[in-house]
Amino acid sequence: MIAESDNIERGAFRMGKRYDVAVIGAGVVGGMIARELSKYQLNICVLDRENDVAMGATKANSAIVHAGFDAKEGSLKANLNVRGSQMMEKVCSELGVKYQKNGSLVIGFSDEDRVNVEALVERGKKNGVEGVRLVEQQELFALEPNISKNAICALYAPTGAIVCPYELCIASIGNAMDNGADLALGFEVAEIEKANGVYVIKGASGETVEAMYVVNAAGVFSDKIAKMVGDDSFDVHARRGEYILLDRECGGIVKHTIFRTPSKMGKGILVSPTVDGNLLLGPTSVDIDDRDDKSTTPEGLARVIRECGENIEGGVPVGGKSITSFCGLRAVGSTGDFIINSSVENFVNVAGIESPGLSSAPAIAEYVRDILSGIGLELVEKKDFDPIREPKHHFREASIEEKNEIIKKDASYGRIICRCETVSEGEIIDAIRSNPPARDIDGVKRRTRSGMGRCQGGFCGPYVMELIAKERGIPFEDVTKSGGKSVMVYGKTK
Amino acid sequence: MKTLELVIIGGGPAGMSAAVAAYESGIRDILILERDTALGGILRQCIHNGFGLHRFGEELTGPEYAWRYEQMVKEREIPFKLNTMVLDITSDKVITATNAEDGIFMIQAKAIILAMGCRERPKGALNIAGDRPAGIYSAGMAQKLVNMKGYMPGKNVVILGSGDIGLIMARRMTLEGAKVHAVCELMPYSGGLARNIEQCLNDFGIPLKLSHTVVEIHGRERVEGVTIAKVDERRRPIEETREYIPCDTLLLSVGLIPENELTKSANVSLDRITNGAVVDQDRQTEIEGIYSCGNVLHVHDLVDFVSEEAEIAGRGAAEYIKGEAGEKSVDIAVKADGKIRYTVPQRITAEKDVSVYFRVADVYRDKKVVVRSGDNVIYSKKHQKLAPGEMECVKITADKLSGVNELIFGLED
Repeated sequence: MIAESDNIERGAFRMGKRYDVAVIGAGVVGGMIARELSKYQLNICVLDRENDVAMGATKANSAIVHAGFDAKEGSLKANLNVRGSQMMEKVCSELGVKYQKNGSLVIGFSDEDRVNVEALVERGKKNGVEGVRLVEQQELFALEPNISKNAICALYAPTGAIVCPYELCIASIGNAMDNGADLALGFEVAEIEKANGVYVIKGASGETVEAMYVVNAAGVFSDKIAKMVGDDSFDVHARRGEYILLDRECGGIVKHTIFRTPSKMGKGILVSPTVDGNLLLGPTSVDIDDRDDKSTTPEGLARVIRECGENIEGGVPVGGKSITSFCGLRAVGSTGDFIINSSVENFVNVAGIESPGLSSAPAIAEYVRDILSGIGLELVEKKDFDPIREPKHHFREASIEEKNEIIKKDASYGRIICRCETVSEGEIIDAIRSNPPARDIDGVKRRTRSGMGRCQGGFCGPYVMELIAKERGIPFEDVTKSGGKSVMVYGKTK
Repeated sequence: MKTLELVIIGGGPAGMSAAVAAYESGIRDILILERDTALGGILRQCIHNGFGLHRFGEELTGPEYAWRYEQMVKEREIPFKLNTMVLDITSDKVITATNAEDGIFMIQAKAIILAMGCRERPKGALNIAGDRPAGIYSAGMAQKLVNMKGYMPGKNVVILGSGDIGLIMARRMTLEGAKVHAVCELMPYSGGLARNIEQCLNDFGIPLKLSHTVVEIHGRERVEGVTIAKVDERRRPIEETREYIPCDTLLLSVGLIPENELTKSANVSLDRITNGAVVDQDRQTEIEGIYSCGNVLHVHDLVDFVSEEAEIAGRGAAEYIKGEAGEKSVDIAVKADGKIRYTVPQRITAEKDVSVYFRVADVYRDKKVVVRSGDNVIYSKKHQKLAPGEMECVKITADKLSGVNELIFGLED
């Protein structure tokens, strides 16, 4: 029975409950849509097969808010990117998510690159990107002293920004939940039926949810979900992107997001600071068949190191400074553009949301709201909607006096669990208790940075496991790294 | 702001030993700050024996060794704060720390002894390709799970790296009923102590695969296997030698890194090789009144030498506090020739007997350790075998130091 399941994060969610809207997929797109809809008097639920939100492309991408110079003018990608990029700062401020307008540079190394860079500048202007322009070598080196001396020119987009994509996703779903939305994790949609004008969504473990409207934001699986309601108008395939994350000591090597001049396979490999002060290198871009294969490859990692190194004078210092490497799967649609439509009654596809999906997410949410309204969903604003989510990094950034006030009220904020990233017990408990609750070690890591530092959880891992076990009321040996069979221990010692 | 004569950061073997030595040199206004729930540091989880042979002339377990020092601290009523994390140190010796009872507090110290120990190099630093499932642990984390929490991290184990903790855990996991399939070591020699290879691997028939590494990790949720391969002389995997080993756990023992984030915050200069502070014979860093000892200074093989080094730092800090440190009578740079990788100390500023610790860069046979000052040979001794896994020590007497500018430690035929 779903009502008794561990997967239900709010009591209101139960089998047989009829929702106005079910959003399939708890990535940043599904999350932003859920948050947008939670502004209205609607019963909403978000379904995801994973043990946490943000588990698909959302947790492994370039973390860039693209300025919007890249997509072809007139495309949905271009329009939603520019609009999303304009909305992002306010959305992040409401949701307490770190956002930094660091500007981006597309570096040209040859005369051929120059032609492409100039074309991009023109496209950016047509797309309405503010302040986009060409900079010559001298200005480029002034903007970025560590850039390769082989660079000859660059596109400069001052409105390019960086954001933490999973933090944005967690915050948007958390805010939607705070405003009444339900979240069901571990819910893998197996079948969708329609009975008496109502969608019955069946999960792989036998659970069901009913909804008047369905939003399909299922990432690399969105074509499969669409086919369940008889829509085979598009396909989606997975494109692997491998990344390497470097220590915060390297975060200052560049200030802007540094792109290569683009090719057919995407925007090329970038070097970018992150909002947390690390340096991110990647991604590669390889189409693969297996939509669950998030493994990294020796060739991919070698390519990231080589190509990122070409942008930076003297290369990138990967040796000894690498914190982790990871792989994300981008959902590439068969049309070349975002696929956002309602081809089947009361069912909306939000598919093929590859780059610039993160940048577009707030605008996609409005766009989907309008489609839903257009096909009959009644939107009545909620008077008590609260757009604000308290920033979860508040304690980390507080002054000593403010921290001491907090510790006086709750001593657990004085106990440091993660030494590398200085994360207190109080922050970890908050991550396990607040919406959407962290249910596993990686969930705690994404919410608090505990285990994300130099020792990668070597010291704090067992402490975090104890806190999860205690807070969730489960045995220590049932604590997982990331849900499913990812257990950390196999029972007791002799 | 509270002021104290001596603040010691870290209550492990180095911190406790330094505290006792400072106390014995007449200092009373001492505070040890320890981030864990008890004194003892990493020794608390090292329940195997082999500690204390040099120090106490008997074989102790880690907790027993730590307990002896804890008693010395308690008998002298040296104050310590547990569950207390130091957040920052300035070069003016202002310490910012936090715990649940006091909140965030600051202390102005007259002298500081850095004794924060080291941490293990994690997987991320290696960039092994493949999946990122559960079941990959540093050997130290596995040791904590088994010895402190009483849980088994896995049943079928491959270990990458032959550092001492990895070797100890190979034996420990075997004793707890796990099957350890192999220990892979990238280098053509082990970084661990010879006695550990004998007692932890050979005695249990666990193969040590030298010049081997893990090239790929398999398993989406939990580790299901690893692919290992032999490496060539440039440490690149040889494709034809790839071998799949089914397992549920990969333990990493791929090196220890002195934990010097606080040292850096105080602007203390670090040695590029040791990743610890540059120190003089008293273990004083290049900032007056800040001392460093134990594994935060350079990674030791034996805790006995950690205690010994910490006593030097404790006495040095005491002399500094009492204003008895004296003028620098000499300023000698201690250097290594490359075959010898590093020395500690890196500077000598007083004409007194000095023990210089060092490690070699590779495995060498039938070489002489030679210490030169210009053309003069100050010390020379023949060794049958020298290995990076074993720290060596040379004692230079005070009479050899007058008029010397530079001592070069090297290996010669």
